[in-house]
Amino acid sequence: MNLEKVVFGFFIILAMTLNFGFFIGDMADPVQHNVYEMYAAIVVSLIATVLKFGDRTQVGALHLATSLVADLQLIAGAVIWAYAQHATVEGVTPSTVSGVVSLSGGAFLANLVSAALLIIETAQLRR
Amino acid sequence: MNSALFLVLRRMRAPLCVLIVSYAVAMLGLVMIPGVDAEGHPWRMSFFHAFYVLSYTATTIGFGEVPYAFTNAQRLWMIASIYLTVIAWIYAIGKLLQLMQDPAFRQVFRTSAFARSVRRLREPFYIVCGYGETGSELVDAFDHRGVQTVVIDVNPARVAETELADLHFDVPALEADVRSPETLVQAGLHHPKCMGIIALTNDDRANLAVAATAKLLRRDLRVVCRCESSDIAFNMASFGTDHVVNPYALFGQHLATAVRRPGHFLLREWLSAAPDELLREPLFPPTGRWILCGFGRFGREIARGLETEGNRVAVVEVDPRIDTPLASVHGRGTEADVLTQAGIPEAVGLVAGTADDVNNLSITRTARRMNADLFVVIRQNQRASGMLVDAVGADLVVQPTMVVVHACLAALMAPMLARFLDTVSDFDNAWANELLARIAGIMGDRVPESWALEVSERATPALARAVATVDVPLAALLGDPRDRAEPLPAIALAIERDGDLVVLPEDREALQPGDRVLFCGRGRGRRAQQLTVGNDNVLRYILTGQDIPGGWIWERLTARAPVEEELAR
Repeated sequence: MNLEKVVFGFFIILAMTLNFGFFIGDMADPVQHNVYEMYAAIVVSLIATVLKFGDRTQVGALHLATSLVADLQLIAGAVIWAYAQHATVEGVTPSTVSGVVSLSGGAFLANLVSAALLIIETAQLRR
Repeated sequence: MNSALFLVLRRMRAPLCVLIVSYAVAMLGLVMIPGVDAEGHPWRMSFFHAFYVLSYTATTIGFGEVPYAFTNAQRLWMIASIYLTVIAWIYAIGKLLQLMQDPAFRQVFRTSAFARSVRRLREPFYIVCGYGETGSELVDAFDHRGVQTVVIDVNPARVAETELADLHFDVPALEADVRSPETLVQAGLHHPKCMGIIALTNDDRANLAVAATAKLLRRDLRVVCRCESSDIAFNMASFGTDHVVNPYALFGQHLATAVRRPGHFLLREWLSAAPDELLREPLFPPTGRWILCGFGRFGREIARGLETEGNRVAVVEVDPRIDTPLASVHGRGTEADVLTQAGIPEAVGLVAGTADDVNNLSITRTARRMNADLFVVIRQNQRASGMLVDAVGADLVVQPTMVVVHACLAALMAPMLARFLDTVSDFDNAWANELLARIAGIMGDRVPESWALEVSERATPALARAVATVDVPLAALLGDPRDRAEPLPAIALAIERDGDLVVLPEDREALQPGDRVLFCGRGRGRRAQQLTVGNDNVLRYILTGQDIPGGWIWERLTARAPVEEELAR
């Protein structure tokens, strides 16, 4: 067992699960989508991205690409949320929440691909 | 660039993780700790505000407590977060700076910048391996002739010199070992515009490695190598190296020629010197007893050259380990008694040929004082000694580096001239003197240019068309397009036809398709000739004496017969 592999796998899976936890629930209901969970999803996703830096293989490049997609979608969601809450008169409306949640849904898909890659890579090793 | 970027990303993994985690912890604390707003109601900071506050505190800017004044609990947490995030930033930035200073990283960065600038070259270029005295002179000479070069040297100080050298071209230079094939590929071995490679390092084996790599990876490339030992030279030839230059042997032959047939020596000097230099005066080295100081590789070749010309040679050598002939004197040659012992009063010539410039100067001075009529040949090792060597006033200055440079240039830039000089080297001195007189007649005191002209549709369209239908004598190429009775300031040295070389062809000689003609003369002659061979009307004027207006309408109006008929008449 390799500690580096455990940490790597841990962050990728955690990014996916946190992302899923935030995404699941009624699209437009703010009560069902926890801001702390989104925050945790962003932080873990960023760490997962940094861990993927510097791998020159083809699979490594795809790993990095999926993570960058997830980061982009989650940060876009966070920016929309912050803007709606602090810079608009209406505050957070159901349409804002559904926008944020659908962006996180896209990020979840990217994380899913990332996890799938991890599993395929591991399966190929047969050790 | 790509590999440099990957290296940065890989090394920056840990600092970036630390930075993200420290921000995450600090932000979370700010959001969790309860505060109060302006009216004293309980209030919680949002993630947005937490990120904002951290962004200016972590970067040590600091705007104060927004949006509301902090409670003491919040301040306590702020103290911890500021130290945490500031340290994380310092760690990340320090790591990045350390990476920039890292020799391995800088090498990766330089190599990729070098490979990129080589890839971008759009004009034909040569790769020069080894930027020592010889290499820098050669790059200089190429630059003078408008040829791009790429430099590789194992010594970083020499690579830095390329940036200081006064060159027109931007010469890409890399600090690397030429023995590695990858280095040569980075220097443009596979580049379509790469014309050839010149290996000039001091290490014969490194030069051999360059020749082998170049000829195995690209057969069509011209390869010139410097080599001092004959068995490695043989090995180079077996890989198909186009030209092997042995500086010592070459100079020995050179000096032998200078002593026996000064005309030939001068001819070679004139034709291979850089244009616009002053012509060198003819030399008449005497025959008789010569004194040779320094019996290394250079001295041995000179002794061999002098002895074949019927001179007696007395050797002066300081190193007892060197095998010297019987009639030799032990000493440096700078001492008067050593020179007397070697027989300076009755000697006719002296070669100051040690590897030390100061010793050579001193030998020259001492010997001249003892025998003012001596013919002195001095060896100049360093370019920097040029001024002193000029001041001491030797009859002939030998720079082994320049011998190599001229040989490389001749082999690469003017292969036909090199062949011409080799062919005529067997001719007698009177023949050479006659040719020298003709060259001096048109050139005055300036060095002539030499150039080759090919009769082909691509290089000389008008000439090629005319040659296909009528007899065009060589004289046509030597007439002035402004007034055909006036000869151009140029001399036809040779014609290369079907692999044979016709030396000093007659003016009546009819040109044939595929001929290559070697000329020397003034630059004006070459430019005028370009006009003749490229323009049908100018060529027609030269051949017939009639200035025909060009164009179909003018031909109709003046009702001239077609060119071919006219020429046949």
